[in-house]
Amino acid sequence: MQLKEIKELLCAEIICGEDRLDIEIRFAGGSDLMSDVLAFGKPGILLLTGLSNAQSVRTADIIEAKAIVYVRGKKPTEEGVTLATKRHIPILSTNYMMYKACGILYSHGLSGVSDSQDSEGL
Amino acid sequence: MSSEDAFTQQFKISGGDFGKAGVVSTKVKEILQEIGIDPSIIRRAAIAIYEAEMNIVMYAESATLTLHITPDIAQFKFEDKGQGIENIEMAMQEGFSTATDEMREMGFGAGMGLPNIKRNADKLNIISHPGVGTSLDIIFCLNQKK
Repeated sequence: MQLKEIKELLCAEIICGEDRLDIEIRFAGGSDLMSDVLAFGKPGILLLTGLSNAQSVRTADIIEAKAIVYVRGKKPTEEGVTLATKRHIPILSTNYMMYKACGILYSHGLSGVSDSQDSEGL
Repeated sequence: MSSEDAFTQQFKISGGDFGKAGVVSTKVKEILQEIGIDPSIIRRAAIAIYEAEMNIVMYAESATLTLHITPDIAQFKFEDKGQGIENIEMAMQEGFSTATDEMREMGFGAGMGLPNIKRNADKLNIISHPGVGTSLDIIFCLNQKK
């Protein structure tokens, strides 16, 4: 599923990375706990989170996430946007809450990270 | 990298500076990429270093990270001054945490830090003196994939 399709499905706003909306996303995971993301995230993941501080972008960068979706209308800090831009991580923001955002993507065929790997995941 | 080659660099990490938490990890990851370390090792190392850095920001006063890379290993030695760890065995258990609300608001403090470091590292040594500080030695073997 391309990121632009995710943007449409979640009625999301693009915060940064407009030029990367054609990237392909194969799986996603949602958590507000960055320690969990570090433990169970996999490279290439689409990270859905309600934690919009710079740590969420750093965590996404560390696990090599392909993109971030902030739920509940959260917006990143300026520092987060700068880092995401530098590390080529697109950020979307949706007003949907975590459960609904994940549910929409899952029901449209986007797997959870645990489905795409043989280990436990978000 | 030839057998004579070794690379060493030191970084300072400030405890309590949540604004800069993760900056050193990002820098180290870039260095590892520049050196040309295997991407799968970089991924594991980056997670371990980031967790260790977050632990320092959350619990210590200050620390140094010494990065030492030889053709065989990548070693990350964190030496902090701070409260130390009372019970390392407990701290190694997933879910055990002494985090404050502020730490949890940052998305950390879920008791996953040290277990996460252990899970990713090839070798981990922890020495801690309560009230003095903690030394964390994290080693990755560069000639084998985990």
